[in-house]
Amino acid sequence: MTALLEVKNLQVSVAEREILHGLTLTVNAGEVHAIMGPNGSGKSTLSHVIAGKPGYEVTGGEILFKGEDLLAMAPDVRAAKGVFLAFQYPVEIPGVATMTFLRTALNAQRKARGEAEFSTPDFLKKVREVAGSLGIPQEMLRRGVNVGFSGGEKKRNEVLQMALFQPSLCILDEMDSGLDIDALRIAADGVNALRSPDRAMVVITHYQRLLDYIVPDVVHVMSKGKVVKSGGKELALELEATGYAQYEDKAA
Amino acid sequence: MAAVQETVDRVRQIDVDQYRYGFETLIESDKAPKGLSEDIVRFISAKKNEPAWMLEWRLEAYRRWLTMTEPVWARVSYPKIDFQDLYYYSAPKPKKTIGSLDEIDPEILETYKKLGIPLREVEALEGVIRPEGERRIAVDAVFDSVSVATTFQAELKKAGVIFMPISEAIREHPELVKKYLGTVVPTTDNYYATLNSAVFSDGSFVYVPPGVRCPMELSTYFRINERNTGQFERTLIIADKGSYVSYLEGCTAPQRDENQLHAAVVELVTHDDAEIKYSTVQNWYPGNSEGKGGIYNFVTKRGDCRGNNSKISWTQVETGSAITWKYPSCILRGDNSRGEFYSIAISNGYQQVDSGTKMIHLGKNTTSRIISKGIAAGRSQNTYRGLVTAHRKATGARNFTACDSLLIGDQCGAHTVPYIEAKNSSALFEHEATTSKISEDVLFYCVQRGLSQEEAVGLVVNGFVKDVLQQLPMEFAVEAQKLISISLEGSVG
Repeated sequence: MTALLEVKNLQVSVAEREILHGLTLTVNAGEVHAIMGPNGSGKSTLSHVIAGKPGYEVTGGEILFKGEDLLAMAPDVRAAKGVFLAFQYPVEIPGVATMTFLRTALNAQRKARGEAEFSTPDFLKKVREVAGSLGIPQEMLRRGVNVGFSGGEKKRNEVLQMALFQPSLCILDEMDSGLDIDALRIAADGVNALRSPDRAMVVITHYQRLLDYIVPDVVHVMSKGKVVKSGGKELALELEATGYAQYEDKAA
Repeated sequence: MAAVQETVDRVRQIDVDQYRYGFETLIESDKAPKGLSEDIVRFISAKKNEPAWMLEWRLEAYRRWLTMTEPVWARVSYPKIDFQDLYYYSAPKPKKTIGSLDEIDPEILETYKKLGIPLREVEALEGVIRPEGERRIAVDAVFDSVSVATTFQAELKKAGVIFMPISEAIREHPELVKKYLGTVVPTTDNYYATLNSAVFSDGSFVYVPPGVRCPMELSTYFRINERNTGQFERTLIIADKGSYVSYLEGCTAPQRDENQLHAAVVELVTHDDAEIKYSTVQNWYPGNSEGKGGIYNFVTKRGDCRGNNSKISWTQVETGSAITWKYPSCILRGDNSRGEFYSIAISNGYQQVDSGTKMIHLGKNTTSRIISKGIAAGRSQNTYRGLVTAHRKATGARNFTACDSLLIGDQCGAHTVPYIEAKNSSALFEHEATTSKISEDVLFYCVQRGLSQEEAVGLVVNGFVKDVLQQLPMEFAVEAQKLISISLEGSVG
């Protein structure tokens, strides 16, 4: 069986400085992987490169998504194929109602896949259903995208999009940043509801705390642009106790 | 960043082919020889069968014009215009006096069809989203310089509304024209307005009698068609006591090599408790990828809130023209009168825009509101220039101004030049201005959700201008939204 995501010996530079030095990672459908590591270890760079953010230069290695060369695809094509990045800091888009944004994005993805676009009534029905299950009030959908949203609302909006687009790979970039414990639990519940045998998740975080709510199958430790250790969920607890220092020495 | 570079590359690629409305209609035209002289003014006046007073009015303006010099203060640059190298009159050859639309040159009708303009009543009713009840649009189509068709006349007549080409109004309603023409924009006003007064060819005339709410939106579509023809439209709209009218003006033009001068004059008058809402969507040919060949749009638009409690509201969506020089203004003469200016100005390629408004507070407790959204892409320059002034007797004058500029790429410029003068100590003026770049992070967020770069820019820009779009009548808002996307097409990576 082909893995959902295969990152092979990936080397990435930003402004001529190498950030990832040959990173390898395999994620199968149905699995939840956590990537932990200190600041500057390259976690966010990895998530940006998978999603196709401009400004990064891939100098070596490859990324296969469902067996296809992901790096050859434009970012919107990747989205339509099922790559979803939940942003650490979701941006605000003033004047664009959340509802309009969701509909435009969903229909763009469906169109790219050759599927029929949702009609307005069908779309509204679907959004209401999904938003309801996440406890998102209708009023929030009428506001500008993330404009004036609290930290918790912004993250819930990311989960809402994930639930609506049904991607096969979800990358959650530091979902816990800026959230209090209640908001974290709500967002994590939303994510857990999306766990499924044909979907994989990559959870990027500094802290073990998030992994109490989203329990991973595999934990990777990243340091200085590489995966230096992989293990089961107990690895996260071990890290919490010992810190990252030992791995930094190892990577160097 | 990569996307910015891409934007820049795409901007370089824009060419004439991408101007969607760049087609030309082959019809014979009846035009005056090149150049400007008293004889040409007489020729135009004679062509229109004008009464003697009108000719005198024109000649006076012409003589005045000879003594004036071209204004140079705006932040625009262009080669000197040779006013003797232009045609000042051109009319599609009429078969005879037009009684119904069926008699109009089918090619002209075809042109309008290409533009998607509902000239026939049936077409006007098709595909039009009507927000409230049975509001309809009446189209007075200006093809080059002569109004060739007017629809909905009968229904308007019933309401007592006069809506006709101004050339006809001069003959049929001389008392009204004499009373109002040149009272808002005098023949001596400025270089281009004076030129217009001497040689104006045609335009719309609207008179709404006291207490009448015009039963439909009135609309004129302008097209510039004849090579090297200056287009000198003259529009005069009068809303008598307690009346209301909404007027829509939309423009597109075929592409061409020579620069074309457009110097229109629009005058609005509102009496006590009356209101005029004037909306414009302008999409004239902006020039090719080197900035060559676009239209010069040097327009004087002004409204006079002559009566107490009257209101004038300007809404404009400016996407075309090589150079735009335009300041739709309000003279707030009546007590408690109100002026509004809502503007979206988009510039791309080598376009230059210097636009804004003047709110002149003369009466007591007069209020005004200015919302301006400028979007600059490519190598364009986009300037907001506005004047807000309160005269000594304008007790309690209030103004709120918000100017927001959005930059796409790093080779364009946005400028804000507000002039604020208060001669009355009770005046309260507020001015807010912001300038921002379209953010890479916002674009990436949209693209990560499946939108193409172009869709992402369209979405973000439409969000940016939402406050102004909402001011347009529904039919126009849909068209404007499309135009905004078209005018940014190819300019964004």
